[in-house]
Formats: sequence, C-alpha cells, structure tokens
Amino acid sequence: MSVLDSKIPSGPLAEKWTKHKNDINLVNPANKRNIDVIVIGTGLAGASASATLAELGYNVKTFCFQDSPRRAHSIAAQGGINAAKNYQGDGDSNYRLFYDTVKGGDYRSREANVYRLAEVSGNIIDQCVAQGVPFAREYGGLLDNRSFGGVLVSRTFYAKGQTGQQLLLGAYSAMNRQINRGKIQSHTRHEMMDLVLVDGKARGIIARNLVTGEIERHAAHAVVLASGGYGNVFLLSTNAMGSNVTAAWRAHRKGAFFANPCFTQIHPTCIPVSGDLQAKLTLMSESLRNDGRIWVPKKKEDAKAIQEGRLKPTEIKEEDRDYYLERRYPAFGNLVPRDVASRAAKERCDAGYGVNKTGQAVYLDFASAIERYGKEKAFSSGNKDASHEEIIKLGKEVVEAKYGNLFDMYEKITDQNPYETPMMIFPAVHYTMGGLWVDYNLMTTIPGCYATGEANFSDHGANRLGASALMQGLADGYFVLPYTIGDYLSNDIQTGPISTESKEFEEAEKSVRNQIDKLMNAKGDKPADYFHRKLGLIMWNKCGMSRNEKELKEAIEEIAELREDFYKNVRVTGKPNVKNQELEKAMRVADFLELGELFAKDALHRNESCGGHFREEYQTEEGEALRDDENFRYVAAWEYKGEPKEAVLHKEELVYENIELKTRSYK
Amino acid sequence: MKLNLKIWRQENKDAQGKFENYNIDNIHGDMSFLEMLDVLNNQLVEENIEPVEFDHDCREGICGMCSLQINGEPHGPDRRITTCQLHMRRFKDGDTITIEPFRANAFPVVRDLAVDRSAFDRIQQAGGYISVNTSGNTQDANSLPIQKENADMAFNAATCIGCGACVAACKNASAMLFTSAKVSQYALLPQGKVEATERVLNMVDQMDKEGFGNCTNTGACEIECPKGISLENIARLNREYLSASLKG
Repeated sequence: MSVLDSKIPSGPLAEKWTKHKNDINLVNPANKRNIDVIVIGTGLAGASASATLAELGYNVKTFCFQDSPRRAHSIAAQGGINAAKNYQGDGDSNYRLFYDTVKGGDYRSREANVYRLAEVSGNIIDQCVAQGVPFAREYGGLLDNRSFGGVLVSRTFYAKGQTGQQLLLGAYSAMNRQINRGKIQSHTRHEMMDLVLVDGKARGIIARNLVTGEIERHAAHAVVLASGGYGNVFLLSTNAMGSNVTAAWRAHRKGAFFANPCFTQIHPTCIPVSGDLQAKLTLMSESLRNDGRIWVPKKKEDAKAIQEGRLKPTEIKEEDRDYYLERRYPAFGNLVPRDVASRAAKERCDAGYGVNKTGQAVYLDFASAIERYGKEKAFSSGNKDASHEEIIKLGKEVVEAKYGNLFDMYEKITDQNPYETPMMIFPAVHYTMGGLWVDYNLMTTIPGCYATGEANFSDHGANRLGASALMQGLADGYFVLPYTIGDYLSNDIQTGPISTESKEFEEAEKSVRNQIDKLMNAKGDKPADYFHRKLGLIMWNKCGMSRNEKELKEAIEEIAELREDFYKNVRVTGKPNVKNQELEKAMRVADFLELGELFAKDALHRNESCGGHFREEYQTEEGEALRDDENFRYVAAWEYKGEPKEAVLHKEELVYENIELKTRSYK
Repeated sequence: MKLNLKIWRQENKDAQGKFENYNIDNIHGDMSFLEMLDVLNNQLVEENIEPVEFDHDCREGICGMCSLQINGEPHGPDRRITTCQLHMRRFKDGDTITIEPFRANAFPVVRDLAVDRSAFDRIQQAGGYISVNTSGNTQDANSLPIQKENADMAFNAATCIGCGACVAACKNASAMLFTSAKVSQYALLPQGKVEATERVLNMVDQMDKEGFGNCTNTGACEIECPKGISLENIARLNREYLSASLKG
C-alpha cells in the first residue's frame, strides 16, 4: 500500500466534486476571523486564493519577491484561457475539456482533478467578466474565442496577446479590495526562505525582507505555496528572471514530496537564442499557430544557403517548402500539442533542415494567412476585384489587429519584420508540469501545507495544453482551495494564534542564517550566474527535449560536482543585511542545483516516453513517444532524504475509469 | 562595442547618491539593455565590487518591474517599449550612456537604480477594483453583452503595466496617466458603473496623498508610456471626477 493517499472522493466522476463539497467540514464565519493563512506568490493561483480566502473571512498574509503583487509572472501569459462554455456551439463540454486535457497530458494526470478543473472552468470566465476583465468580444458584444493546440474546438477566451496580464490584474484588483478592507497584509520584496513545521504541521515561514535583509518569522494556521514552476533550472527559459524553486524546494526538504520533476514543457514557438550571454528567452504565443504555418526547406542545400545568408526564405518556392507538421499530422496540422510540435522541430533541425545562422530554428509563416484574410476583408467590404497589393494590405491589417503586439515584440528583439519575412522560432523551456505532490484537496504530504497552480503537479500530466495554465491557476485559487482548506482548518478553530516564539521557529531561522553565512563567506571569485549558466547547459543538453540513460547518468554526476564547486567558488559581494541581488541569486541557484539532480534522477528512472519526457530508447519506428502503461502508469513522488541522490520514490498509481488509455495520435 | 556608463549609485533611500563611471567592452547589438547590465554586474563581482542594483523580472515588457532613466528618458530612447526590450543595436561604439533611477518624490530610491513604487499599489487599493465576490456564483459571462468598441477601449486602458514611466517623464511627477487608465477601464464597462463615484474620488484622493503632482496637460507621459496609454484617459478621468464631485 502506497503512503500516498490521493483522497479522491468516491462516486461517479461528474459528481465527485459536488459530493466532496457537501461532505467536507466548514468553518463558521466567526471562527474564520481567528484563523491566519499565509500565501506565497501572487500570480494567478496565489492572488486568486488570497482574495477569496480573505473574502471568506480568513486573515491572509501574502508574500512576493517582486515590488508589487501585480508583477508575478502569470502576467506574461499571452494567448488565452480555456473554458468549456461551448459558446461557439462546436460540441464542447466539460467531458471534452477533461478528455482533451488527460489525453494531452499523455495519460499521466489524475482523472478526478482534471474533471473538476473542467467543471469549474466556465465559472472562471463568469467571475472574470464580473470583475471587469476586458476579454476580446465580437461585434455583437459577446465573448470571442480562438483555438489552441491539441483540441478540435474553439474554447479559448483571450484579451489580445495579453490574457495573462488582464486575468492577473483582475485577481490583483480582488486582492486590493481585501487589502483595503484590512483582510490581506501584502508583503512585497519578501522571499520565503523556509517552511516551519510545528508538531508535524505547517505553521509558518521564515522570510527574508529583500530591502533590509531582515530575517522575519511569520506564523499561520496553514501555508499555501503558489510560487510557480521551476523552469529556470534551465537558466534559459520563458520564465521571469526571478522565478525560482526555493519555496517549493524548502517545503520538499521539510517533507513535501516532489512529483514528476522531469515533466517539463518545451514550448515550440519561442524566439531562438541569439548569443552566449543571453539571460532569457521570449515566447511567441501558441495562438500564432492558428494562422501561422510552420515549415523548413525541403532541400538541404536550401537550408544551408539560408544558414549562410545566401538565400532568403521568401525566395523559396512553395513546392520546395516542407510544412512538416501538416505533412506528419494532417488532422491537427500546425495545432498539434506543444510536445509534439517541439520534437518535430528538433527532428528537422537535427536532420540538417534548420534555418537561422545556427541551423536551430524553423519558420512560422503568415503569408498565406495575410492573403486569406485580405481576400475575406476585400470581399466583405464590397471590393470584389481587389488587386494583390490591396489584398495584402488589408490582410496585414487583419493580422495586425489579431497579433500586432506579438509581431512588434518579435521585431524589437530580432530586428526583422514578420509581416514581410517569416518568423524564426525554436523550442524553449516554458512550463513545468511536475511540482509538489498534492492530494485532491491540494494539500502536500505536509499537513497544512498546500500547493496550487504551477507549483503543484496535479492536472497536466506529462504535457500541458495551451491556455490551460491560466485555467488551472484560477480554478485552484478561486474555486478549489478556498473550499478544501476549510476542511483542514475546521480542526483549528480553537487553536488560537500560532506563536513565533517556539523552538521550531528558532531552529528554522537559525538554519536560514547559517545558509546565508555559508554563501556570504564562500571564498570564491565567480558570480552565482556563472554556476546557473553551467547548470542550465547540463540541463538543456542532457535533460532537455530528448533524454537517454547515458547522458542522464552523466548529468547526475555533473550536477553534484557543480554543486560542490558552487559552495567553494561562488562569490557573494556586499552584505546580507541590505538589498543584495547577488545573495538572492545565490540562494536560488543553490536550490536549483539540488532540484536539477532530482530532475535527472526522475527522468532516468522513467523508462518510457510520455508527453514532454522523451527518452530516446523508447520511441516508435516513426519517432513518436512510446508510453509504457504497464510499468509507468503512476505519479513518481520523491521523498527528501538529504542529498538528492538519496531521494526515495513513492508511487501513486493512476486509475483510469472514465477514459480508455490509447496511444496518443494527432494524425 | 565599447561603452562608457555613468550610473547612479545610492546605498539606500537616506544615503547621498552619486554617479559612477564604468567602462564595458564586447557588447553586441543583439543584447538587450538589461543583458548589458548583467554583463557589467558579473564583471563587477569578479572585481569584487558590489554590483548595480536594478529592478527587472519578466524581461519581455509586461511585468512593469524594470524602470531606468536612460540618457534622460524613461525606458530609453525608443518608443513603446520598456527598458528590457531596448536592444544595444540602438547605441554606437564609444557612446556614453547615463543611467539613473526614475525620479519622483513619491518614488524613493530603494538602492541604486531600484525605486519604491508602492504608492501605485496604494492608489489601486483605494478603489481600483469592482466589489464582486470571487466565489463564483455570478451570472453567465455572456448575459452581459458589451459593445466591442467600449470593450476594446477598456482593454487598451487596462494594458497599463504600472511601471511609472509616466511619473518619471512628467515635470510635475504626476500619476494622472496611471490613475486614469484604471478609472477609464471601469468607466467604459457596465460592471464598473456601480461604484464609479467613490472609485474616482478615492483614487484621486490617494494619488494626492502620495505626493504626486498635478497634471498640466504637457503630454510627456503619453509619449514615454511603453504601452501607449492615451491622454484621452486623463480627459475621461477629469470628466468622471467632475461628475463624481457634483454628486458627492
């Protein structure tokens, strides 16, 4: 019997959540006033949870490392948010959204959680509209939808290319309302350094005030980690510079199991790497695949000529282009899921057909969309014999209205005009499906410690579909956690305030201070960035888009060596008791250096290919992922035992009662 | 390229600040401005000098965390971008670049180039929200059709990233463009009408308390705004404020 109890309610799938809500304990409003909750992170998952918990009556303390809650990295999500509203009447339903998500995740997510996600998805849209989120609308005044990868319906709601921004500002406004009521205390420029357990329960945190360097103790009856993903373990990713694993990792070290760390999403449409000193990568929204066609030259000599700058993409004739996604996956074409699109791009580039100077890029071309839209526009405005130039002009206007800000962003970064020449794109690390293991109530293996949004592992299996991260963050924060946490807190109505004057707080504070001293006193001469870059290279080359046993074993050794080197040779300038970016970075890199090793260990143990985890040894003759449901149909949850290599594996078997396990096909 | 950087250094908000000169080499046009500062900082760490503190996070122009007054202009010489989207191809070999924090009384310096913009949060807390509960028992989203034109204008106002360039650009250090963006977003939507009166009065009141200056319609804010937030929003704020004052 596994030590992991997922606490999935009994009964038919579609009734589980309602039944569970009816069965769990509630806390009466007068008692909620005596209960404190800490929320780490103010992205979609954290801000929405904070606002709702405060509205219910709990006393909430929020923490973010940025200078304002509004800056959390959810703000950068571009394309949209899914919801099974079926406004387009194209056959969508909760079941279909559930099915697409489980299939998209390559059958490595938990049925009950995913169904609940689909079930509350419609409410999110209602809620956000009520809050004043300005979604895109049609001329009739109703909400507009678009399509994303891996699905055959139009269920994505959006606000141009800034959907994450608008949703986050909505959640931030809900937080502001509660801050104004005195129900949320917002701590900005603060970083969680450790989780404090009292009698085995999460009862608070140690935080560092990033302006004064002060080490602070904060107590609460429960702690919610909404601290995001760990994609920055690769250094180069689409995450924000500050996004880090520290909060989750510190909880892991205190007993929270870390699930499926190797499930990482490599997003197919990012702007290619331009130089050695690059600090981050920029995503081009998946929504572009609605209209952009992906291709590389059919002939190797053309690819070579492009790489050497002797040929332009616009000079390659239609019949000499290989629209490889349309060729390989005719049913889904350019809208295959992200893992499939990324691997297909890598396959073409590895085979020598890549473009850009480096040969590490493919084209995303809007020429045919511009022409198609131009014709439509000319026709509908009564210009039946428009010239080619007129059509192109009109088409560019339509494309600009849809994707203008993305095109501008591309041009700013690359100095190339995507209206005239196809965009160049390449896959990059974007999202981590893995995260802290949680049960159906979103509680980790530490009582009273919850994980929501990207910080947990629960809903996306081995691959996340586009526009589902925003959905999950808000579902967890607005509609799931506020209910489930009450069940736990109902046992705390008589506990009274938690004191920070206990030996547990003292010890946790001491260990944080020791870690800071250790880093400040290291006698090295290299900045934390140097080690981060080295770690990122190991991760990308050996734990990236495709993995194999030999290289994963090497990665484990190399990361362990790098960690040792780090503590010897890092240099943290300045003092610990002032604002000190070098210290902040060093603390984060230290935790990435541990997580990275666990990541490789997890990837090594999973002898199958599924979703974003592609093991070269396990593939079909056509190069598609080869899952092993008999041996690996489980969540790998790792228990901390000191060094990452000592971590102990626990398995949560995944049971599929409502979906038949199939080979995922997008052909 | 080789560059000479004149950078504002200030230990904390109460300390006396001053410009320091740094020379930097091997900068490529494809690097972003902040990557150039990363290179400088790593160089400083290797020389055992404390690196320059600056705010930044998403590095794709949306979080609003990066700031910097570059050669006298918020977010540098280009229009409609944030500092993190500025690329070094905009500069020439041998250039001297002056880098300062955003200057305003309401934005005290935290350290070096990082400033405290929490005044913006407090303006939002004073009324930048619609008082609906987030528990999900609301009406269906499509039961409230909204004219596309208004929805689009509300969206345009709502794209403000709260970076503070408007304040830094304004000779009066006014926060009118920032405040008006939120007031406008809600004024243009039916959901926002219910609390329109208190919202505008409270937000403007808080703006004044924070020590931002008044608007004299110069328009520098609109020019420097990385998101192109229009001055029309200030006009709308003034109308809203007037009608709220008459009601109040």
